Amino acid sequence: MRTFLTLLGREVKSFFYSPIAYVVLFFFLVASGFNFFSGVSFLNQSPSEVTVVESAFNTVLFWFPFVLIFPLITMRTYADEFRMGTIETLATAPVSDWQIVLAKFFGALFFYILLWAPSFLYFVAFQEITGKQAALAAGAFGGSYLLLLLIGAFYVALGCLASALTNEQINAAVMTFVAIFGFFVTGLLGFILNSPSQPVREIISYFSAVEHMADFSRGLIDSRPLVWYISMTVFVLFINLQVFQYRKWKA
Amino acid sequence: MIQVVNLTKRYPGFTAVRDISFQVAKGEVVGFLGPNGAGKSTTMRMLTGYLPPTSGHASIAGFDIFEQSLQARQHLGYLPESTPLYHDMRVHEYLRYRASLKGVEGSKIKERVGDVLEMCDLREKERALIGTLSKGQRQRVGLADALVHDPDLLILDEPTIGLDPNQIRQVRELIKNLANRRTVLISTHILPEVEMMCSRVVVIHKGRIRASDTPENLLQKHRSAGEVRLELHSAPADSLEKLSALAGVKDVQEKKTEADSLFLLRTEAEADPTSEILRLAQDRHWDVRGLVRRKPTLEDVFVDLTQGD
Repeated sequence: MRTFLTLLGREVKSFFYSPIAYVVLFFFLVASGFNFFSGVSFLNQSPSEVTVVESAFNTVLFWFPFVLIFPLITMRTYADEFRMGTIETLATAPVSDWQIVLAKFFGALFFYILLWAPSFLYFVAFQEITGKQAALAAGAFGGSYLLLLLIGAFYVALGCLASALTNEQINAAVMTFVAIFGFFVTGLLGFILNSPSQPVREIISYFSAVEHMADFSRGLIDSRPLVWYISMTVFVLFINLQVFQYRKWKA
Repeated sequence: MIQVVNLTKRYPGFTAVRDISFQVAKGEVVGFLGPNGAGKSTTMRMLTGYLPPTSGHASIAGFDIFEQSLQARQHLGYLPESTPLYHDMRVHEYLRYRASLKGVEGSKIKERVGDVLEMCDLREKERALIGTLSKGQRQRVGLADALVHDPDLLILDEPTIGLDPNQIRQVRELIKNLANRRTVLISTHILPEVEMMCSRVVVIHKGRIRASDTPENLLQKHRSAGEVRLELHSAPADSLEKLSALAGVKDVQEKKTEADSLFLLRTEAEADPTSEILRLAQDRHWDVRGLVRRKPTLEDVFVDLTQGD
């Protein structure tokens, strides 16, 4: 456990060795702040049935920066180690390959959580200033942030896998973006296709982060997306371990 | 300390290491020699648990490198070729991280890091970013990392490559000092280095072990590579012929400058024609400018063992 925490500590710290972390934090803060602002002003225009939480988590302005941050967070994780050769010192220290894979995953996930943490303050500030409820029930907060965490875990795992496949950060970033975009677009097919049949709709809805968020931000916590994201994360991490060992052993 | 039994590493299309076996006893300093691509790094990577062997076994301090990899790794400090380091960390930060990763107790980390900084002469640079260090300094950081958990065994893959002569000397001194209480396996192709540091040499070529012996014994066995240089002023025309006829001389080359001639005589094993040459020169009144018998060096042995096929 101590070894794992040492690894995790270095992964988290390594974000802040380079200026990229600060740039990402800054722009994400701006983007999510602007998203919140537009969510509230949308509600100001006309009477509406949705809450502030729903409106903030379901706009294009929310999803657009959302899918863009994962390549930036995860591209370095393995690619840099393979390129610099530090993978050799890392993997010959008395640590298991699982510890390395999990430390890299949780390190990136931690940074992702750090990105989202300030957004909670928006809702607190909203309630303080307006004296109105941002959501009708605590479940809406809990659901939204739980789903953010789960989607994040899955996409971070995808990003780590992409990074483990290459020596170049930029390749990792492109692969991650394509993979996430693929999942995302598959989920959107339900809106794009003309009256798809019922089974097709159901399959598509498994991929649809947008639909999941629409449910969860209303406090409707469905077990299917939970199982989907958790099992996919574990599956992708498992593949990640295989790829990592394969590349190491091929060297 | 190291036991290697029939270790083989095969890649699709070629075999990097073929069925090698050797042992390194506790306290030995063993030089691992071979031309580029001979399989040195592959063998070292297998010993450190980075690469799995295709077949065969190896153990470090009694722990199988694959079955009990973590315990085996606990006993070894490894400096990979080209010394990979995190360039964005500071020296002391990096060493503390590595010490913790290698299981040095929390309360001892500070002391151990201080010790290796001292040993590797990095005190002044402890706060520097690794990326700003010179190649020689980085090499010392790599060594400090290999040493930080006080391992019984050091595996160093070409620790002096790419360094200038002064830095090579520094690193060599450092390794010599380390060798006192530790077992060291060091790969290099700088041969004088091996003669100075190593108690034993393992020569590997095309994935096979060609020789494993002390440097002295290797030299004795490979006397064949002896050479005599004779320099004559205004050499008579028949001198080449006369020299070639001497007993024990394999062949003679002549290099002419304006007035002088330089003869290079390759001799058979154990043969020493120098006194014959002197007698010949006296009889024929040659004007001798120089006569040197060059003893075979490890370099000759190395070339002998690793050339051809």
